[in-house]
Amino acid sequence: MIAFAVRRTLIGIVMLLAMVLVVFVLFFAAGNPAKDVCGKFCTPEKLKQVTKVYGYDQPISQQFGLFMKGLVVGRDYPVNDAYRAALEKSNPDLVIHCAAPCLGYSQHDASTVNADIVKYAPVTISLALYSFILWIFFGVLFGVIAAVFKGKLLDRITVGVTLVVYALPTFFIGTFLLQFVAIKWRLVPYPTYVSIADGGVAGWFSSLLLPSLTLALFYMAAYVRITRAFVLESLSEDYIRTARAKGLRTRVVLFRHGLRAALTPLISLAGLDFAALLGGAVITESVFNYQGLGLLAVTSARNSDLPVLIGLVIVAGAAVIAMNIIVDVLYAYVDPRVRLR
Amino acid sequence: MAAPLLDVRDLVMHFPVRSRGIVSRTLGHVKAVDNISFTLEAGQSLGLVGESGCGKTTTGRLVTRLQRPTSGQILFEGQDIANASPRELRPLRRDIQMIFQDPYTSLNPRHTVGSIIGAPLEIHNLVPKNKRLARVQELLEIVGLSPEHYNRYPHEFSGGQRQRIGIARALTLQPKLLVADEPVSALDVSIQAQVINLMQDLQKEFNIAFLFIAHDLAIVRHFCPEIAVMYLGKIVEKAPREQLYMSPKHPYTKALLSAVPDIGQVIAGGRRERIRLTGDVPSPINPPSGCPFRTRCWKAQDICATMPPPLEKKGGAGLAACHFPENTNPENTNPENATRDAA
Amino acid sequence: MTQNSKPFLSVEALTVNFPTSDGIVHATENLTYTLERGKTLGIVGESGSGKSVSSSAILGLHHYNNAVVSGQIWLDGIDLLQLSDKEMRLKRGKDVAMIFQDPLSALHPYYRVGDQIAEAYRAHNRVTKRAARARTIEMLARVGIPQPDRRVDDYPHQFSGGMRQRVMIAMALINDPTLLIADEPTTALDVTVQAQILDLLQDLQREFDTALIMITHDLGVIAEVADDVLVMYAGRAVEYGTARALLTKPSMPYTWGLIQSVPDVTASVDKPLRPIPGSPPSLVNPPSGCAFFGRCEFSERVAGNRCAHELPKLLPIELGHSKRCHLEDTSIMYSDSAEAGVL
Repeated sequence: MIAFAVRRTLIGIVMLLAMVLVVFVLFFAAGNPAKDVCGKFCTPEKLKQVTKVYGYDQPISQQFGLFMKGLVVGRDYPVNDAYRAALEKSNPDLVIHCAAPCLGYSQHDASTVNADIVKYAPVTISLALYSFILWIFFGVLFGVIAAVFKGKLLDRITVGVTLVVYALPTFFIGTFLLQFVAIKWRLVPYPTYVSIADGGVAGWFSSLLLPSLTLALFYMAAYVRITRAFVLESLSEDYIRTARAKGLRTRVVLFRHGLRAALTPLISLAGLDFAALLGGAVITESVFNYQGLGLLAVTSARNSDLPVLIGLVIVAGAAVIAMNIIVDVLYAYVDPRVRLR
Repeated sequence: MAAPLLDVRDLVMHFPVRSRGIVSRTLGHVKAVDNISFTLEAGQSLGLVGESGCGKTTTGRLVTRLQRPTSGQILFEGQDIANASPRELRPLRRDIQMIFQDPYTSLNPRHTVGSIIGAPLEIHNLVPKNKRLARVQELLEIVGLSPEHYNRYPHEFSGGQRQRIGIARALTLQPKLLVADEPVSALDVSIQAQVINLMQDLQKEFNIAFLFIAHDLAIVRHFCPEIAVMYLGKIVEKAPREQLYMSPKHPYTKALLSAVPDIGQVIAGGRRERIRLTGDVPSPINPPSGCPFRTRCWKAQDICATMPPPLEKKGGAGLAACHFPENTNPENTNPENATRDAA
Repeated sequence: MTQNSKPFLSVEALTVNFPTSDGIVHATENLTYTLERGKTLGIVGESGSGKSVSSSAILGLHHYNNAVVSGQIWLDGIDLLQLSDKEMRLKRGKDVAMIFQDPLSALHPYYRVGDQIAEAYRAHNRVTKRAARARTIEMLARVGIPQPDRRVDDYPHQFSGGMRQRVMIAMALINDPTLLIADEPTTALDVTVQAQILDLLQDLQREFDTALIMITHDLGVIAEVADDVLVMYAGRAVEYGTARALLTKPSMPYTWGLIQSVPDVTASVDKPLRPIPGSPPSLVNPPSGCAFFGRCEFSERVAGNRCAHELPKLLPIELGHSKRCHLEDTSIMYSDSAEAGVL
């Protein structure tokens, strides 16, 4: 198991490096990053200077090498060595050290990409975790109920409701909750993000209710249907017939034999969906104006802030790769037939 | 004497078993097919029988070159195809076709019967487009289905009819060799006989050679004049059917035959003594030294563990790989005596 | 069969229907048979003949799908169909146990075999885990699994097919059931392993004086183990009698056809097999007459086209042998088959 995890991690790192390379080449080779940094009122002289100071005049392979070096050991900005040395003497405050793993420097935000991400990540992680718990709990619960009462009224209602919820766009659910639950009916205070440090666990918890619910409802609807299908499939297996032929109670047959097998494929789905959310929930964060990675991505894209975008893609990719490894290890843990190699 | 249609020599297929460390190493090999040789003449049938895991299916996959063997030669019409490239294999795919066991999973449910049967014509571009339909309908008729059914989907047919479709597909390119891997074992008893008879008729009509792979000894006996028995990747006995069934030389063949439940004995009255093999087939990763069957053989002696018995003549027409073969008395080859001996 | 007291198992007019969107599937119609302790009833039929459905009804397994079950199933003086769900559950696995065709899918892949067997024991006995485990190991040893104290903690996928079926048998017999239903217990196994399992089942049956229902499509297995045989076709019993009477003098053309279509390890190979033409009728709209009409070679020998319009009754032809057929003179079947050289 440990050997497997180590090997998968090594493969994961290779995949991550390949991804960084592709992203880097796409973003930097496709456009002219110097132009983006230079801004609206760019003059040819200013562009020339920016190109030099930011090292965009160097060959792309060298730029990539520097970027990789930053990821591994950290680096200093501005990029141009001569310029930086001069700046160190004249104005040392303007030289910025970006510690490993350095994802880059955003001229637009005048900060390292790492600092940006650290600032925006708590909201996204909170949202992802919170909604994950909501959707898994209720999704699986209603999915099992629907499967057990297959064809009965309860099943039809559950399936019908999930279909409606699934069809509603997230921005609609978000706006609805915000307008009616928070503003019109005042069932909850207007949601603004409160960190645990500021408002304690209770404050954090209530501040995230509406946006997490918005995010969770869509997934919940999907998971009700997926769980229902998995449980129904499991209940039609031969070993369920065996369990019944043994004279076990229906409850035991259902939960110990049926649900156990159905949950296994759910693990891999849930792990990957959760990982995807770590990259930022763009619409939900926008609707509630929560400062998360999704919103950061939108603003960065609007401002053509390439370093931040690259950093975000790398973070999101790393999350997916890491979750993949975790899911594979978990899978082997729950299914004895899976031998890890 | 002309070269046989199919001449398999020293065929070996080893699947590596890898370790689970950080860097995987090859720990050993599953010896799925371990040095087997046989020949098959045009229009003839050779039966390949044995229990699950004996390598009979792998042999079929090697002959059709769905897999590349580890070593050995597969001479088809004198040409060695064991290491042929996919490009070199293309013309051979016309001559060697396969019929699969499960007619439910081996037909694409989203294609019509016409396009399943007609696909080989299209791929090899043999029949002009405007004549393909006629050819498909002709094939459907040959296998006993209604030519109007070319537009239907596989799920609209019963198991036996699906296997007929599978046979029609295999016949499309007029192959010289058909590898039939358990072609009737998924079918109901009353349907099995229909499909067997169909294959026999086709064999006569089109002079097709059959490599017939099955576990059902009675059906193999009915279909094939010559039969090879496999155990743990090796051929342990190969003989004409009369000899193999009446006076088997290898103890494993004898045990296999005596394990087949048979309604004849009840009709004859009384139940026969049966040879009971104990235990399971050993792992093909680490087969027993010497003779592979010695761990379950009631006749095994010291030499069986040290010296692998060669496949050679042991009296009669066939070959057997055993140090202490059965039924070697000349008078015992008389079928009358042999039946009583097995009874 | 004693005339005065009720037989140990008596199934009377058992009917199982499944309402589906296509209409009602008449899976089992009006099935009646009896079985004593220590005896074996073989139920033969092809897929869809109702042989498995009717036996699942004895365990009350149809409570869980929307089947409509009617009739009576008397086991030791109690009509099982009158029991409440809970009463039936307490009988399942205790008085009536079942083993299934494919032991790999019938065992839960995520649990150790020991836990799965012990679960069956603890469902009906108030014992500690330790006692249940001891009893499990004892049963594993009894069904011939080597090193039972070690293998008890293995998972199903770590066993071979034959060993898995032994595990299933241990699970079924752990509560000493008086009735054991074996649904194609050896179909998924190799012949040598099949022979081992059939021997084991017969040994255990003698030891525990169990009544055994053996469901199979293989007449050879029937010949090997059954005292009485019930042949089912399209949901109905078409022939019922002692194994000897039924196998030596099959009187319903379907039974006769089944025996004819199976190649025998000793039969002549020169003649083609005699398949039963066509395929079984739909169970949704069963024909009004005999279900075998259309496939039967002898229906034109019955006057007035009765086979097409009138369902024959299951009537005795001699003591302990009855058939559902209009054909009175069965000698024509034998003159035919003598020609084929089978009987």
